[in-house]
Amino acid sequence: MIAPIKKNEKVLRQLSNLAAEVTAEVKSAKNPSIDIPLRNLSNVNFNPKKLIIEMGKAKQSREFYNISMARKFMQTFLVAEKCKSVLDEGKTTSIRDLYYMAKRDIPGTSENTFEEQVESDPIIEDLEVTADALREELGLFASNKGALVGELTLRDMGDTIDGRRMGSGGWSIPSIVEPNIIQFKKCDAKFILLVEKDAVWRRLNEDKFWKKHRCILLHGQGQPPRGVRRLLHRMVNELKLPLYVFVDNDPWGYYIHSVIKQGSINLAYESVRMAVPSARFLGLSSFDKAEWKLDDRVIIRLNDEDVKRAKQLLEYPWFQKKEWQKEIRNMLKLGYKLELEALSNRGISFVTEEYLPKKIRDKAFLD
Amino acid sequence: MAEDRVEPGSATSSAPAVKAGRGSRVSVVPMAGEGAAEPAPRRRGAAHVPQTAESLAKRQREISVSEFFAKNRHLLGFDNPKRALMTAVKEAVDNSLDACEEAGVLPDLLVEIQMKSEDRFRLIVEDNGPGIVKAQVPKIFGKLLYGSKFHTMKQSRGQQGIGISAAGLYAQITAGQPVRIVTRTGAKKPAYECELHLDTTKNQAELVHEKETDTWHRDHGTRVELEFEGKYEKGRRSVDEYIRQTAIANPHLTLTYISPLGEKTVYPRQVQTNPEPPKEIKPHPYGVELGTLIKMMRSTGEKKMQGFLCNDFSRVSSQIAHEILGKAGLTSNTWVQSVGLKEAEALHKAIPQVKIMAPPTNCISPIGEDRILAGLKATVKAKCYVATTRRPSVYRGNPFLVEAAIAWDCDGMDSEDPVTLFRYANRVPLLYQQSACAIAQAATETSWKNYGLSQPRGSLPLGPAVLFIHFASVWVPFTSESKDAIANYAEVEKEIKLALQEVGRKIGTFIRQQEHAQREAKRRQIFERYAAILSFSLAYLQQKGAVGESKLATVQKQADRINGWLVKIAKRESALADRLIKGSLVAVDKDVHVVADTPAEPPADTNE
Repeated sequence: MIAPIKKNEKVLRQLSNLAAEVTAEVKSAKNPSIDIPLRNLSNVNFNPKKLIIEMGKAKQSREFYNISMARKFMQTFLVAEKCKSVLDEGKTTSIRDLYYMAKRDIPGTSENTFEEQVESDPIIEDLEVTADALREELGLFASNKGALVGELTLRDMGDTIDGRRMGSGGWSIPSIVEPNIIQFKKCDAKFILLVEKDAVWRRLNEDKFWKKHRCILLHGQGQPPRGVRRLLHRMVNELKLPLYVFVDNDPWGYYIHSVIKQGSINLAYESVRMAVPSARFLGLSSFDKAEWKLDDRVIIRLNDEDVKRAKQLLEYPWFQKKEWQKEIRNMLKLGYKLELEALSNRGISFVTEEYLPKKIRDKAFLD
Repeated sequence: MAEDRVEPGSATSSAPAVKAGRGSRVSVVPMAGEGAAEPAPRRRGAAHVPQTAESLAKRQREISVSEFFAKNRHLLGFDNPKRALMTAVKEAVDNSLDACEEAGVLPDLLVEIQMKSEDRFRLIVEDNGPGIVKAQVPKIFGKLLYGSKFHTMKQSRGQQGIGISAAGLYAQITAGQPVRIVTRTGAKKPAYECELHLDTTKNQAELVHEKETDTWHRDHGTRVELEFEGKYEKGRRSVDEYIRQTAIANPHLTLTYISPLGEKTVYPRQVQTNPEPPKEIKPHPYGVELGTLIKMMRSTGEKKMQGFLCNDFSRVSSQIAHEILGKAGLTSNTWVQSVGLKEAEALHKAIPQVKIMAPPTNCISPIGEDRILAGLKATVKAKCYVATTRRPSVYRGNPFLVEAAIAWDCDGMDSEDPVTLFRYANRVPLLYQQSACAIAQAATETSWKNYGLSQPRGSLPLGPAVLFIHFASVWVPFTSESKDAIANYAEVEKEIKLALQEVGRKIGTFIRQQEHAQREAKRRQIFERYAAILSFSLAYLQQKGAVGESKLATVQKQADRINGWLVKIAKRESALADRLIKGSLVAVDKDVHVVADTPAEPPADTNE
């Protein structure tokens, strides 16, 4: 049994208040509306002191009597209704479950309240920011994504997990990693290493890199989900460890690092409890091919989308540091990208025995 | 004069027309491009014709009428049995309407077609016109081309005066039955009844039977009965449709129609006055063809060219006549008789080089917007009607005018189909050769998308609509002698397009409003559907504690209250939708006539 979600009553009160406000408007024959904080680039600020992305104050009014908003308005409260029913029973549910709970036909139409989960997921995020209740507080979790091995013992729902004895697959990182569920116990690690890809993570695990270099080794299956980011945040702050990020050398790799470090635009309201401003970008760097004398055949040409995305990154306030501009511009200049696996060109364990140790030793990272 | 007597079908006669002189002389002449034949008597012709030609003419006469008819049935509209039935109806109805209007009587017509056998019909057309004096009866019904509107430049239904006698001739040839006529000129006089047998060799009518009677039910009027070979079919080019379209363009008419199948339809009178009678005008020099010019010179009473030009044409002052004659190498004092073919050609070429004022246009009598609307409303059930009458314009010296109307959202029409086109020339429906007609071409080339109608490339617009276009002129430029399609003169097409654009703009206003109202109605449906779900969520969220079975009723009760409020706001927020549903959508444009009493169905949800 999962321990009761914290602030349970508070969240229920917040949802009830939101409904009460709308009901009052309806009763007085007003066009009901709710103000939803904007979750896009125009409404995020980079806080140079805290070094994180923060959500601005801009809000968007969602009205019921507006043909382009009516459906979403209805959906927002339908999601809230289902969250209450889950919270009332003291349970948690996956966002996919919630989608099925809320999906039903609308009488007199061939329309459903939700057609796809991609429709309900952003509504959940809307509800989070509007009711000022995090997804975890609403009793919602996403599917497990990402894995951990390494020099750490932790407790998960009362069970002891020894990161040193997780076999080849590692410990699957749950979506909710709040302290009431996950507690850190014995830690012998000196740093944390997040790898973009599980294939590379497997290579490092197989070579027992974490044992040799005394670290905690994670991957987030590409763009790390909230659970992984929240776990990284807690480990860095509670265990006082440095975090290194090891990603492909392409615009998407850069962005994964920046999301971990400063937070994301869409979930800017979560940055405070997820961002790790001290995270360090270990590689791959656009200068690595020359520096490590990689074969010419390992390169992949940048496509139009890559170039477009790279140029967007150059504009983001949190990519304005000189080193970063240099790093990205060099990639654009060279016109190619590199995958982590490109390092295997120099031998199967080149990454574990030469590349990573030297980079960490030389502090050859971007901040 | 000998040169204009040519056998039909000879090399010089590409479009022959039959002509009848006074008496029994019948000759076939090459027709001038406009088909304007000469008036009956020729002043000097007979005296100058040599004896040999006269005898030749006699021989021609023996064969000419029936042979001419046989050879030229297609020109007269009797080319096939189906068409023949319609043409007979058309000629009889045209005659009756013209007679009533000229006499200032509001027309009240009966058209009855009896089916004797599958290919044999008896047509009865009865009017309340002035009647015909006894002595005239054989001439009117018995002779081809006996008429009064043969050479006038005047807007009229029939132009060549072939008319009812051709129908009689056709009846004679195909069925051998005499034409039966009943006519009465006043309540105090007896009705005259007779049967006429047409002598096609003499171009004369023989009375088979005649009597006077007091028992006819009309105070004045004429009844014609013809029996002939024909074919009856329903459809877009049927007699039924011809009658219906005639009723629309002639709302001053009461018409009772009994179809060959015995179906009786009454088209009641919609307006209580006859149309303004059109005025006669003299031809304008710009419109005159060489052949017509030559014939006008032959038949003029003027001796000198100056007088001929000034008095036989409109808008020719002595200054202008002088100018024209100068350019043609003639003088004011040139004798008309001395002008030969070469000089006539020079004259014809000189005319366009001189700037001449456009002809007067007050000779055109439009149907009028209100009357078109009245005719359409009575006959075509639709939700909205618009009409427009253009100002008169001129093509090649001929004054003309275009009117257009749209009946939108007609009962029983599919919005995916092209609009139905009603074409008229001088109030007469045109049912054949639509694609060759300037009206259809202009309608196809008009960009209807601007007015909210969809239109496939190179096609008429789509929509549940009737598109009504009337072309009125002293001289309608038909593409051929069968008078089915209007020729595509630039000025004509331009005016038709302008008329279409005017009605397009008017109907566009309505269509946009209706679409807006439909969107509003759909919006309301969406609000109402979501409202039921929203109100439950709102009630549920405000319920304290877990909502089990026991509390569900309480939540539902509160949800119903909230839903009531929401629906009320939905009604207010989509108020325009009510205007559609009640059918009282009042168009902003005063020109747009909306039928208010027709309740519109709420639009179907596209998702359904």
